[in-house]
Amino acid sequence: MLKSRRTFTKMLGGTAAVAATIGSPRIVRAADPFKAGYIYVGPVADFGWSHQHDNGRKAVEEALGDKVKTTYVESVKEGPDAERVIRELASAGHGIIFTTSFGFMNPTLKVAKDFPNVKFEHATGYKRADNVSTYNIRFYEGRYIQGVIAGKMSQSGVVGYIGSVPIPEVVMGMNAVAQGMRSVRPDGKIKIVWINGWYDPGKESDATKALIDQGADIIAQHTDSGAPLQVAEERGVHGFGQASDMITLAPKAQLTSSIDNWAPYYVERVKAAIDGTWKSGDVWGGLKSEMLKMAAYANMPDDVKAAAQAAEDGIKSGQIVVFKGPIKDQDGNLKVQDGQALGDGDIAGMNWLAEGVEGKLPS
Amino acid sequence: MLIRLEPRGGRSLRWAYGSPLLALVLTLITTAVIFAMLGKDPLVSLYTFFISPLASATGRPELLVKAAPLVLIAVGLSLGFRANVWNIGAEGQYTIGAIAGGGIGLALYGDENVLTFPAMMIGGVLGGMAWAAIPAFLRTRFNANEILTSLMLTYVAQQLLIYLVTGPWRDPEGYGFPQSRLFDEYATSPNLVPGTRLHLGVVFALIVVALGWLVLAKSLIGFQLKVVGQAPRAARYAGFSEPRLIWFSLLLGGALAGLAGLFEVAGPVGQLTPSISPGYGFTAIIVAFLGRLHPVGVLFGGLLLALTYLGGEKAQIDLGMPNAVTGIFQGILLFYLLACDLLILYRVRIGQRAPAAKAAAAGP
Amino acid sequence: MSAGFDWVPLVLSVISASTPLLLAATGELVTEKSGVLNLGVEGMMLAGAVVGFAASVATGSGLVGIAAGAAAGALLALIFGVLTLTFLANQVATGLALTIFGVGFSALMGAGYVGIALAPLPKLDIAGLSDLPVVGPILFHQDILVYGSFALLAGVSWFLYRTHAGLVLRSIGDSHDAAHAIGYPVIAIRYAAVAFGGAMCGLAGAYMSLAYTPQWAENMTAGRGWIALALVVFATWRPSRLLLGAYLFGGVSLLQLFLQGQGVRIPSQFLTMLPYLATIVVLVLISRDRTRIRLNAPASLGKPFYAAG
Repeated sequence: MLKSRRTFTKMLGGTAAVAATIGSPRIVRAADPFKAGYIYVGPVADFGWSHQHDNGRKAVEEALGDKVKTTYVESVKEGPDAERVIRELASAGHGIIFTTSFGFMNPTLKVAKDFPNVKFEHATGYKRADNVSTYNIRFYEGRYIQGVIAGKMSQSGVVGYIGSVPIPEVVMGMNAVAQGMRSVRPDGKIKIVWINGWYDPGKESDATKALIDQGADIIAQHTDSGAPLQVAEERGVHGFGQASDMITLAPKAQLTSSIDNWAPYYVERVKAAIDGTWKSGDVWGGLKSEMLKMAAYANMPDDVKAAAQAAEDGIKSGQIVVFKGPIKDQDGNLKVQDGQALGDGDIAGMNWLAEGVEGKLPS
Repeated sequence: MLIRLEPRGGRSLRWAYGSPLLALVLTLITTAVIFAMLGKDPLVSLYTFFISPLASATGRPELLVKAAPLVLIAVGLSLGFRANVWNIGAEGQYTIGAIAGGGIGLALYGDENVLTFPAMMIGGVLGGMAWAAIPAFLRTRFNANEILTSLMLTYVAQQLLIYLVTGPWRDPEGYGFPQSRLFDEYATSPNLVPGTRLHLGVVFALIVVALGWLVLAKSLIGFQLKVVGQAPRAARYAGFSEPRLIWFSLLLGGALAGLAGLFEVAGPVGQLTPSISPGYGFTAIIVAFLGRLHPVGVLFGGLLLALTYLGGEKAQIDLGMPNAVTGIFQGILLFYLLACDLLILYRVRIGQRAPAAKAAAAGP
Repeated sequence: MSAGFDWVPLVLSVISASTPLLLAATGELVTEKSGVLNLGVEGMMLAGAVVGFAASVATGSGLVGIAAGAAAGALLALIFGVLTLTFLANQVATGLALTIFGVGFSALMGAGYVGIALAPLPKLDIAGLSDLPVVGPILFHQDILVYGSFALLAGVSWFLYRTHAGLVLRSIGDSHDAAHAIGYPVIAIRYAAVAFGGAMCGLAGAYMSLAYTPQWAENMTAGRGWIALALVVFATWRPSRLLLGAYLFGGVSLLQLFLQGQGVRIPSQFLTMLPYLATIVVLVLISRDRTRIRLNAPASLGKPFYAAG
């Protein structure tokens, strides 16, 4: 029955498309579209992390048209609920499921075991299986450029950094800013305030104020709201956007923003799943693959713009390696030997603060 | 047309069961209008919220898994609320229970045996009790209001958890990510039905409902809790010890919240992470009142609320409805459920007001 | 901390962190003084934040935004009022349900406003005084809601303890049956107190989306409603102590962020605990006098009232 309907609609072909535009999509839908599911840890309206994943999802719909139907579940808390939602998506006939937060790692693997024919894609994790891939963005490349800009722009030589939770992803961002900054200004310092959460606009804004009051004149953040940039705008200092281009929130303060661009990856992987060429793997894309994009360099003199562009080009071409020795930790121990580059594994598990970064990690 | 209330002079048994049904009907009508305004088919939407989570063989056990922590916590809270002990920090007691019980599991890593999980359960209970003992002590010794202290301690517990999983208890093979090791099989809440997530915690929730009912109906302390709530002055004359009831209420609430926390991390979550509760400790307060502070009512309240969460996820997956609609839907459902309880104690009369009521309405 | 440290900006940060707490807690205090416990503060704040922001974007006027935010808070409070005062629903549960509803409502309504910036509410200077060193920027260079938070607190204090209407409100909170017997309109006054409380929570939300962090983002109040509720308890239902509580919490919150910025080598999670612990410690210190608390806590708090016969 199902089969006959498919051939029937196939026969109609072009007429079906015309009819669809006229307005009776239910009847003339072409062969059942492939379903791609997404689960987000925050609301799609967070203007940060989940927002950008959702933009990636929309890009899939745009690129693949009626070959694909996408679904998302937003604000899924990490913890006991995640496994149920992933399972629900798998049972509902989704051929590929993107789980877009680190805390979804173990639930994703558990469900994947029970649904061998469904492809799973887990963002930012490290566990894989035959039907589970991992993917992430080299955010630290953008942080390095931010560091270069900060080194050139700062009067006080102090960057204020608002940290979310002390995990390697955040720590490597801080160290990358330190590397970038100290490449142009060896005495550059980074002050950290942790809010111990990912999202609290009020607290993020308080932290920004505390940092500015203590001499920071460039603000970097690894939290999800645009509040720090707004404070920078109000106080007349500069800062960097996070995840999205936040220039609308801070037209005079935003120097640039590291934009998460999941679209190319999502389109490619969904296409592969449809074509049957999908294979488990691990992708850690950066500026070169355009999974990371820098928002227009703004509010800075031309020479700084040129330096930022040079850093961007250098990272793309491989001439600049962000974590290249010698790098000392904040206590002066040599962590990366002179001339050596830190491997991906060591970067991904980074758990020490580099020279120039103040503050302490729990241990 | 005037609407007025008239006391029945007792509880109407018919409406004790009828009012939730009436509330459901009213919710269906109201939300059908809202769904229609959002451009969704109302009947399909309502089916998705209420029926579809139960329609699948995987959905029904999930409902029990989701309801179990809510019921466990709410039974403890409801007994305390009867005595006007306002423990609103169950979320923190849940967290410390998970830390204490989970910590035992981690400490025994590599040496687990059949006794490990029982030890973890005891750890969870004691952890929750210890955290609840702080407000109990501050209330009985220093007269500090438990609403504030129990709530504030929730935030402290959350920070302690973040500290532990990003620092000392971090999984050594976890590439520095903020999570503990996965619990060993011996350190995991035993699974009841292979292929589902049903675990021992669900059974415990049912046992606690039965025990809670027994305590309330048959025990002296249950009697005292009821009397203190309904007639505090009489209770004082009867010589009931207020500090004793405060200690009992908080320790019981803490114990059950701690146990719920342990069951979640050693069950559905499987490890300690910074995010182990989708607000169970707060949601349980609603469950307690939905259940009219009675353990059996709590069971139904917990199941109903769990159903709306599952239905909300279904609505996002099947209908593309934003998560916000779930909140509005839950809010309206709760509003009607709470308001319809009026019918148990009062009759609604339509018509002229009685003269006395008129005088009262006229004011001074 | 270096000797030449300019602490004026720190004080300014404390003021903006404390203002939403103070506004919401002042409203809740009045509601509770009338004998009604509304736990829906967080929901009403979010409604005020989103409606205030939307109105401000639509009209370009901060004042319209403030008014709209207050109206939205009051409207949500009236839903609560109808349920608990007319239909005698349980207040604790209804308040929590109101929070769930408010979170959902604000998210649905705010979806189109994400990523839009507003200029923060203008600072109102007082000629001559604003230029004074130290006290000038702190006392005389603030936006209207900061001044308003003090004025409203003073007004509430005056109303409760210096006016007849305030006396009636307190007596209703202490014993609604006695107040009803005297002939006071218990339900009407409670409706007014609930609506006022909601409007103040709406103002607190509007302060967040118009001044503190002038944007709309889902759930942007991030639990401040709960802190405001706790502060009413902390204040033992006395307006003057609300000021102490709100500024203690705001002050310690900023202090811990400041200490982190100083590079203090204590794990930040322990510093983040500080405002919560400080509130508990101070509450313990001021709670020891049992009799005074009993005098202030409304005896009928949370109990439904039915006008018999």
